[in-house]
Amino acid sequence: MTKTINLTLKVWRQKGPHVKGKLETYHANNISTDMSFLEMIDVVNEQLTLDGKDPIAFDHDCREGICGSCGAVVNGRPHGPEKGTTLCQLHMRHFSDGDTVVVEPWRSRAFPIIRDLAVDRGVLDKIIQAGGYISVNAGGAQDANAIPIPQEVADKAMDAAACIGCGACVAACPNASAMLFVSAKVSQLALLPQGKPEAARRAIAMLCSADKAGFGNCSNERECEAECPKEISITHIARLNREFFKASFGSSVQ
Amino acid sequence: MQLDAKIPDGPLAEKWDRHRFEMKLVNPANKRKFDIIVVGTGLAGGSASATLAELGYNVKTFCFQDSPRRAHSIAAQGGINAAKNYPNDGDSIWRLFYDTVKGGDFRAREANVHRLAQVSNNIIDHCVAQGIPFAREYGGLLANRSFGGAQVSRTFYARGQTGQQLLLGAYSSLARQIAAGKVTMFPRREMLDVVIVDGQARGIVVRNLISGELETHAAHAVVLATGGYGNVFFLSTNAMGCNVTAAYRAYKKGAFFANPCFTQIHPTCIPVHGTYQSKLTLMSESLRNDGRVWVPKKAGDTRRPADIPEDERDYFLERKYPSFGNLVPRDVASRNAKEQCDMGKGVGETRLAVYLDFADAIRRDGRAVIEKKYGNLFQMYAKITADNPYETPMMIYPAVHYTMGGLWVDYNLMSTVPGLFVLGEANFSDHGANRLGASALMQGLADGYFVIPYTIGGYLAGTPQRAVTTADPAFKAATQAVNGRISKLLSINGHRTVDDFHRELGGIMWDYCGMARTNAGLEVARGLIQNLRAEFWENVKVPGDPGEFNQSLERAGRVADFLEFGELMLIDARARQESCGGHFNEAFQTQENEALRDDENFCHVAAWEFTGEDKEPAFHKEPLVFENVHLTQRSYK
Repeated sequence: MTKTINLTLKVWRQKGPHVKGKLETYHANNISTDMSFLEMIDVVNEQLTLDGKDPIAFDHDCREGICGSCGAVVNGRPHGPEKGTTLCQLHMRHFSDGDTVVVEPWRSRAFPIIRDLAVDRGVLDKIIQAGGYISVNAGGAQDANAIPIPQEVADKAMDAAACIGCGACVAACPNASAMLFVSAKVSQLALLPQGKPEAARRAIAMLCSADKAGFGNCSNERECEAECPKEISITHIARLNREFFKASFGSSVQ
Repeated sequence: MQLDAKIPDGPLAEKWDRHRFEMKLVNPANKRKFDIIVVGTGLAGGSASATLAELGYNVKTFCFQDSPRRAHSIAAQGGINAAKNYPNDGDSIWRLFYDTVKGGDFRAREANVHRLAQVSNNIIDHCVAQGIPFAREYGGLLANRSFGGAQVSRTFYARGQTGQQLLLGAYSSLARQIAAGKVTMFPRREMLDVVIVDGQARGIVVRNLISGELETHAAHAVVLATGGYGNVFFLSTNAMGCNVTAAYRAYKKGAFFANPCFTQIHPTCIPVHGTYQSKLTLMSESLRNDGRVWVPKKAGDTRRPADIPEDERDYFLERKYPSFGNLVPRDVASRNAKEQCDMGKGVGETRLAVYLDFADAIRRDGRAVIEKKYGNLFQMYAKITADNPYETPMMIYPAVHYTMGGLWVDYNLMSTVPGLFVLGEANFSDHGANRLGASALMQGLADGYFVIPYTIGGYLAGTPQRAVTTADPAFKAATQAVNGRISKLLSINGHRTVDDFHRELGGIMWDYCGMARTNAGLEVARGLIQNLRAEFWENVKVPGDPGEFNQSLERAGRVADFLEFGELMLIDARARQESCGGHFNEAFQTQENEALRDDENFCHVAAWEFTGEDKEPAFHKEPLVFENVHLTQRSYK
């Protein structure tokens, strides 16, 4: 049933990448428990605007949990307390009247803060550019049914391909590692026959790109898997490791 | 002005081949001498950018999101159509063509739709080659499911995330071209004007959304793939950032706007539940494969669904349309849901909802099968509503979803401004007055992968152009105009927020230009919008500075354009004195309350020309000629 609650928010405010930020306190009153977390911030922002103050900047777009734009660390957890949920799909019924809620941006050296909760995740695009694709031009493909792919293989590839590139795995990891993100793409393409010819080159290039971007290494903390809104499994990291070792020792690709 | 759609001569099935042969070509070595701007990175813009770069053009690509992977195509759930006929159930290019023309209530251009059906098969081939993990049968071959408005299974899908997978495919091809240096990617840029030199589109003005700086870019051609304008209704299934600004700015620079009143209200969305709500969420049409739509037979029945016995339920779609049942086209399903609620049979707290019930399907196939097909959709529904659709029926209600109208384009996808091409949802050409499910993804990718790569070459090879740089005075003038508008928005410092205005605008559009329209209502709405627009420019409050990351300012510019564009929709709706597809004027209906077309007087595309601020737009007509299909009253009974 719908009810309303009052919350105390402590929100990270920072005007730009090179200025100091701090937590500011706001009161979010009469919040319907049917609202999403972002709708709750909308309400706070409307009031800030009318009061002549700067509203809280945050990235968001689809509000259906698929575009990967949104994300903040809520009470210490990326995308908040609900498992398998993006911030836009987190509803206020999971909070109680009188709660204090701390909202911070993704924290990683590789994700500089743009403003408040909005961060620059451009390095994730760079990693895909390093090799997260199959080299095929439009126009030359054979019939789609020419290569049968066993259903369980297609399903596994789809599990990996569900990654929305939000960066929560990085925010969750004590090493700020992007390994879950990298492994999801490497794994998807390595599983499918179409992706095999470039598998070795892809694994090496994408890992090197992640290293260069300043992401840390994986030390099997499994925080990424716990916080991933699409519940992507770390078995994909294991597959990435296998692909990487195969590529490093067993192929001619350097 | 006589609109020339430049439809090639010859039999329908040969037009595209013939046209491809007759078009001039740009020699491979010369392609690198041409710069092309692409705005938008959804299925149409992403695929166009990648493909043009593969051919050798220099491409500059722009999006307002932080990454090209986030465009709203990503949220498309159900699937993509193609005439592969893998299930051997009688599909063909001709049938896909026919279903699409009929589904669009005979208000689309035959030649464009036929081309779309022809290239649909190439899309699936290419997407599989890109590594898109489509659903497969146990034998490893591709699986299909059914969608509305068709009696064959021709929809390919990747769980309930088909749009995501297709977009990530286009994005990966784009990423490859960025790495190859053939595409320069400009994320977090919003296009605020198109620059015309010597009557040709030669560049754009964008705002860098991080620094607030205005930047100019010159090119030999400009491609807009900037999506639809559903957010004019405030509440829609569109992403928060979807807007009409790029298309509307192009309209103000001379591109005609076609059929703006053709909007699609999607039947299966989660109902509205509060005034604070920021958007609506779609539940894929694929759910109608297995879900049964019903309301209680008795008006005002407030019993829980489980307490309503079978013989007191009205499965109204199955009853009224026995041959298509729950899979009637979207406009028909939406209007019927509204009709039931208007009769007082709506369910849920607001009484503005109908049930979509999976109990029979779960009994028949087992929960595991249903979970495999729709698991992520059921999960999404449960998260938003805190109801479990495995145990109790979903509640759904129609919501604004897609806009068939858009910038007018000819067969080459070029607007009335030479060198300005428009792809995907931003153009008007393929869906007529109603789009069938799983056809938006098909059209976006058809335009980007398989149409524009040819037609833009024909334009570039056949059009003399002088060298133009951003030093040209036209760029300076456009930048100054954009700057002036931004300063104006920030200086008003009134008492109402941008969202407040947007919400009120949406209410007007939904009430008067939504699922049912009347001449009187459309006229009332025009007055309301004009007043609201006047108040906006005196009383809006936009905080912050122009030279910073300022999301309120971004929204203010978009809403300012919606406030003008909404009026154009009303004008178009008022001018079309018939009902067709998504445009339902209550004065024009059959005895069974279906849309009643007037083919004698309105079998045309209405294309509107901007004539000046606060002036009536000029009306132009492109007659629609049907040589291959016979115009009939659509029947899904």
